[in-house]
Amino acid sequence: MLRLTGIRKAFGATQALRGVSLELEKGEVHALIGENGAGKSTLMRILSGACSPDGGTMELDGRPYVPDGPQGARAQGVAMIYQELNLALHLSLQENIVLGDERARFGWIDRRACRARAVAALAQLGHGDMDPDRPARACSVAEQQIAEIARALLGRPKVLIMDEPTSSLTQADAERLFAVILRLRAQGVSVVYISHFLEECGRVADRYTVIKDGETVGGGRMQDAGIGHLTRLMTGREVRELYPRTSHSPGPVILRAESVSSPPRLRRASLSLRAGEILGLAGLIGAGRTDLLRTMFGLDRLASGEVCIVGSPAARATPGNRWRQGVGLVSENRKEEGLMLNRSLADNLTLTKMGSFGRLGAVSAKRQQAAARRWIDALAIKCRGPAQLAGELSGGTQQKIALARLLEHPARIFLLDEPTRGIDVGTKVEIYRIIGELAAAGKAVLVVSSYLPELLGLCDTIGVMARGDLVDVRPRGHWTEEEILRVATGS
Amino acid sequence: MKLSPRFRSLLVRIGPFLGLILVIALFSLPEETRGYFLTYHNFKIIFTQTVIVAIGALGMTLVIISGGIDISVGSGIALSSVVGALLIQHGWGTVAVVVGTVASGALLGLANGSAIAGLRMTPFIITLGMLGVARGVAKWLGDNQTVNYDASPINGWMTTASPFSHSLPPGVWVAVALAVLTAWILRSTVLGRHIFALGSNESAARLCGVPTTRLKVTVYVLAGCFTGLAGLFQLSRLRQGDPTVAVGLELDIIAAVIIGGASLNGGVGGVLGSMIGALIMSVLRNGSQQMGWPTYFQEIIIGLVIIAAVFVDRLRQGKGSG
Repeated sequence: MLRLTGIRKAFGATQALRGVSLELEKGEVHALIGENGAGKSTLMRILSGACSPDGGTMELDGRPYVPDGPQGARAQGVAMIYQELNLALHLSLQENIVLGDERARFGWIDRRACRARAVAALAQLGHGDMDPDRPARACSVAEQQIAEIARALLGRPKVLIMDEPTSSLTQADAERLFAVILRLRAQGVSVVYISHFLEECGRVADRYTVIKDGETVGGGRMQDAGIGHLTRLMTGREVRELYPRTSHSPGPVILRAESVSSPPRLRRASLSLRAGEILGLAGLIGAGRTDLLRTMFGLDRLASGEVCIVGSPAARATPGNRWRQGVGLVSENRKEEGLMLNRSLADNLTLTKMGSFGRLGAVSAKRQQAAARRWIDALAIKCRGPAQLAGELSGGTQQKIALARLLEHPARIFLLDEPTRGIDVGTKVEIYRIIGELAAAGKAVLVVSSYLPELLGLCDTIGVMARGDLVDVRPRGHWTEEEILRVATGS
Repeated sequence: MKLSPRFRSLLVRIGPFLGLILVIALFSLPEETRGYFLTYHNFKIIFTQTVIVAIGALGMTLVIISGGIDISVGSGIALSSVVGALLIQHGWGTVAVVVGTVASGALLGLANGSAIAGLRMTPFIITLGMLGVARGVAKWLGDNQTVNYDASPINGWMTTASPFSHSLPPGVWVAVALAVLTAWILRSTVLGRHIFALGSNESAARLCGVPTTRLKVTVYVLAGCFTGLAGLFQLSRLRQGDPTVAVGLELDIIAAVIIGGASLNGGVGGVLGSMIGALIMSVLRNGSQQMGWPTYFQEIIIGLVIIAAVFVDRLRQGKGSG
């Protein structure tokens, strides 16, 4: 019914899709499986008309399918439910359901007709008991999601794409959602189901397609595929030599976190980090890894639990105190949180310790620039000089600056959130080398990464988080990619 | 519209100077004003007329660089001038009057800063509310009329009365000294660097341990001090405390800062530019008066200049017409 062949798409120099094929039959639930960054979201954006492919063909019901924009896709019968829900929170559920498709008489909105349509859509989903007049903001995430599906149903879709629909649902709500999906299937709607949770896919999907590094690497009937088979398809790759091994041996514990929690995303995590150790945190997006780092660093509120920096007097968890204790953090959002793009490289490098470049509150620009120049040389940072604006540099170079800030401070505990995301391979290797040298010099490094080969290649110890809990911490030798994925997806 | 980075940085650096030269030339050429406009005496008047906007613009420069905005400053000037007049009326000494007037502005700044940082609300909304509050308090304190007093040395600080005296009035020198001080703070102190960091990327500043909440309050209190001082010179100029004065002056002040190269997105700006911006505003007013243009015409011109300045700001940001 829907057939994609050889879809390609590049963003700048990054080839996001290299030839993806997907076939969808009428009235089936089709799981689309792949690791973070495999190209699932890009493919869905192309399907839903949010961007257009560079190459390949799409057919719907035997006719070429070329959506111009999400509206066009909807009109042709392809609707998408995003992971982030898109409701107008101040409007009622029924107003949300008919939003953009209101029935009107002479320009006056026909409230009764609108309401009837909304109620009918909810009933079609088996949720006719929901009160359509409640404002969306008073509804749970699960109810909002049902409303969003109901909205998509008004367009009589042939294909419904759901991106990680259970990521913020409780187990019971997820069960109800599966019931809705099976109901839709019975009504002849085809569902593309994207999820990291392989077990869920196994339960709800009829067939599957696995994509990896922008290519389709497998597919078939769900009942013939075991979870082990799927994970192997998702991860099958060999990259070892990227990670220069620097000999280092873990010393005493210098950071200890006890039952740290910060609702809603971080439920409970305990860990200890040793000097000279590289500890990796694996897990799915939204599993609470970033939240754990931010909470320990004082950027998010520590609701309960305790973070102890050994060798420093106890202090309230604020970023300022953490820097004083020798803890530094590199944010996963380089542009939003990492750097000041319209300030100089020197300012960016030295922001945590401005006061040390002069006396009585004055800052000596000369000494500041000298410090910056030292790191430009040491890390081979490609730039015109310490006065160049951070925003003018490439992503990889910016990441080096974000890291150099911790070196300059100097920190003894490095919290690195996705330190190699979106940067070229050459710079990646340099960053791995720096991390290795840090550990060799007795610094403690905590790395969050969604790229499993990186964690397995780099870390001494790896902890896996799932749904807000730090589930399991083991030495690297006790992990395989399959095993990490199994724990991360709770399967 | 897209500009090359090099041209853009050139525009930032010399743009305000070009603007100033342009407006001066505009009023130096026509027959009606040629004889008088470019004289020292006229510029003495222009400088003196700039003092209030300039001092207000110093505070506004800090606020805008930190990523905020303060539209209560006109009302704040009126409030401080009424407070100053009342203090003189009650027989306070000159030093005490100065301290008291500046303190009243600082208090307004403290209210602004605490509300913005503490309640995490948009500076525009908070200071819009405070614009009304300060104006109301000024009228209340002044019992809805001007506050008069017999005499005070303060009256002499803004006088250009004697055409034979060549020296500039004290107000001008105070403004120049404060400008130098503020420029130094912004350029070479930890406080200044942190203000730039806050405006450039608040999350990054917070991540790097900059105490962002406290810093915001500090910025608005400093700006409030400048507002108080501007109120003092307003008092000196009118020789009475007038609760209805300086309506809309915040627009002149904000325009001066933006013309001077600061970005409403924060993180960019400078004292020299703001001072030139303030001069441009005064030259425009002074020149239009000499051309005999009616006041409504002046208002239209100044309004257009503000729009043009914000447009140039966008070109500098390189955002095109998005």
